[in-house]
Amino acid sequence: MLKKLAIGAAALAMLGAAQVSTAQAEDTIFIPSLTYRTGPFSGGGTPFANGFADYMNMLNARDGGIGGAKIVLEECETAYNAQKGVECYEATKGKGALVYNPLSTGITLQLIPKAPVDEIPVLSMGYGLSAAAVGEKFPWTFTYPTSYWSQMTSILKYIDDNGGLSGKKIGFIYLDLGYGREPIPLLEQLAPQMGFELAMFPVAGKEMQNQSSHWLNVRKENPDWMIMWGWGAMNPTAIKEAAKIRFPLDRFIGNWWSGAHADLNPVGEAGKGYLAANFSGIGTDFPALQDVIKHVIEPGNTQTDPGDVGNVLYNRGLFNAVIVAEAVRAAQAATGKVAVTGADMRVGLETFNLSEERLAELGLAGFTAPIQGSCADHEGQGSIFIQQWNGSDWERVSDLITPMTDVVGPMLQAAADQYVSDKPDWQTQTCG
Amino acid sequence: MLYREAGQFKTSYQADQAAFPIFQDQLAVWAILAVAFIGVPLVGNDFFLNSIMIPFLIFALASVGLNILTGYAGQLSLGTGAFMGVGAYACYKLTTIFPDVNIVIMIVASGFFSAGIGMIFGLPSLRIKGFYLVVTTLAAQFFLEWCFIRIAWLYNYNPSGAIEVPQREAFGVILTGASATPVTRYLLVLSIVVVMTWIAFNIIRGRIGRSWMMIRDMDIAAELMGVKPLNAKLSAFAVSSFYCGVAGAMMVFFWLGAAEVESFDVNHSFLILFMVILGGLGSIKGAFMGAAFIWILPILIRAAPGWIGIEVQAATVEHLNFMLIGGLIIFFLIIEPHGLARLWSIGKQKLRVWPFPY
Repeated sequence: MLKKLAIGAAALAMLGAAQVSTAQAEDTIFIPSLTYRTGPFSGGGTPFANGFADYMNMLNARDGGIGGAKIVLEECETAYNAQKGVECYEATKGKGALVYNPLSTGITLQLIPKAPVDEIPVLSMGYGLSAAAVGEKFPWTFTYPTSYWSQMTSILKYIDDNGGLSGKKIGFIYLDLGYGREPIPLLEQLAPQMGFELAMFPVAGKEMQNQSSHWLNVRKENPDWMIMWGWGAMNPTAIKEAAKIRFPLDRFIGNWWSGAHADLNPVGEAGKGYLAANFSGIGTDFPALQDVIKHVIEPGNTQTDPGDVGNVLYNRGLFNAVIVAEAVRAAQAATGKVAVTGADMRVGLETFNLSEERLAELGLAGFTAPIQGSCADHEGQGSIFIQQWNGSDWERVSDLITPMTDVVGPMLQAAADQYVSDKPDWQTQTCG
Repeated sequence: MLYREAGQFKTSYQADQAAFPIFQDQLAVWAILAVAFIGVPLVGNDFFLNSIMIPFLIFALASVGLNILTGYAGQLSLGTGAFMGVGAYACYKLTTIFPDVNIVIMIVASGFFSAGIGMIFGLPSLRIKGFYLVVTTLAAQFFLEWCFIRIAWLYNYNPSGAIEVPQREAFGVILTGASATPVTRYLLVLSIVVVMTWIAFNIIRGRIGRSWMMIRDMDIAAELMGVKPLNAKLSAFAVSSFYCGVAGAMMVFFWLGAAEVESFDVNHSFLILFMVILGGLGSIKGAFMGAAFIWILPILIRAAPGWIGIEVQAATVEHLNFMLIGGLIIFFLIIEPHGLARLWSIGKQKLRVWPFPY
């Protein structure tokens, strides 16, 4: 009987789906937004989702969409859970989704093999599989603006520029999951090359909020610098513990997921001096953000708390939307169509060029490093900068630091080869 | 009236001991099977198959597995998620080592690995019971999770730490990987679940199942009557883990396509335990009902505002979902503490005497 009920429900679901597809007019583009406004990581997911939605709504309000096509944005809640993420994917892909921003490494890994089959590209901005930067092996996956490995080399360059790396001891504290362990092969390769010593401090997921023992070890090892690959509750805990053992916070660098307002607000004044990598500008002093405030925030067409506009994760979500919008524009230019498809979007993501001039036109001059996609390079040669917590807000303290592409490139290639090696029928492409 | 068994005379022991002695039940089972095998693939779209039916069947199989251990043999366990993980990782290793062997064989074979691990962690059950046993199975959960993270050999040293399903074919049909059609995967999952449920149903009706129930109801009495607790308890752990392992392997190979250790965390152990408790301890159909309630209902609630044309924020629906499901669980457990299966059998009894209740 339950099965019969379920079938009835399915029939209803199909009716619903049919209605949606007929309601979609000729000139709209459908962009699903996988969000995590609920669950254990909602503190980070909410501003990101808001930034993404607000920019898209701003384009609708100010320009009437992209290239004359109105943007239909549909949020689907994943709670950072990979299974719900796949459910969201299945629920929205039939509506003509152009691109997926899975917003969790777990969901990304599951969507990567589905992308070529359903012909919908995946854009994992600053997370996911580093190896997907190799466009020849991953035609449908994009990791703009740069990958974790590239980020790590930029951080090491920053340390090198601020007192030198050679002969120093670098501590690496990380969340002991796939995400946190990803840069380890890179560090192990670079340590002898650049002449620094490495000390590892893994933090298991269940110990995120209880790191006293780890920081006792840090005190014992006494590294010159600390680098952190943390997430969620791990970040404020680590910074508080670092302050407790009097580790100099201006020698403690977090990656781009360890440096949001949500991470440092609970630490407050005690976290003064802490550094973090970032690739999207901070604050609202950009014309594009002013437009968002004027067209979306002030009319109240948003879920955003006005105080959140311009914070780190909000701006990152907005930057994600900028990349998507620019890729749609590139796809429209390449195909001559207004209502592009997922396959066109892939072309758009490979051909778009977010140059300095284009950033200025968009009202985002100095917001981020220029990115240019290509068939072979799905990483876009973006760069990061370093920001510092002043006790109540983030301040940018460095110029853009380009990654060591000569080191990262071959490693990405090798990782991509390994991924593809046990998949004989994996779809690759040849770039001319 | 609807369930009138009058006139259904049994003329042989075989007929009397049939799995479904009542004609109407037989009819219903065949009807459900027909709908599941023919109707659903014909009318179901990708979303319905991928996100509702396949996970529902997989969780139902895991619930059957846990029900064998908790419902029939009376051994509480919180290690279901990890035992599912053992099956998944075993299947991944097997199919990457022997790529040419049919994946269905590998999935069934991975159940044996899970059964072995389950027996090892079932050993403490010979000395401890109840909540103390929960603690040791919880230890199994954490230990195995640790293995899935730490032993890189299990995921073939993949830098991302995840297992990714390779494409496998049999007789020219793609069975796993992203290119496999939902209908193929659904039919495979359905066939495995139907066959395994049938086997479980008959194990439980037979000598082994009865020895489990004797152990559950009073272990000392059972021992006095000649049931060996060692055999009964360990066989319960083995069969239960076998089912969970197969469910875990199917979860990764026919549903998710890739999995990290989070797919087998303690939350999944709880999820399956809730399915078993809500569906009804000691009932196979309860396992299916519980899985349907916990897995399908939230999806329906999530989709409901869209059907009636109300615009609600996705996050708000999610919050509402938590409240509704929580409330419904409490509601059902208050009106029938023995679960949905018991509710169903009460309903069936009422139907038997309707319209002349006495």
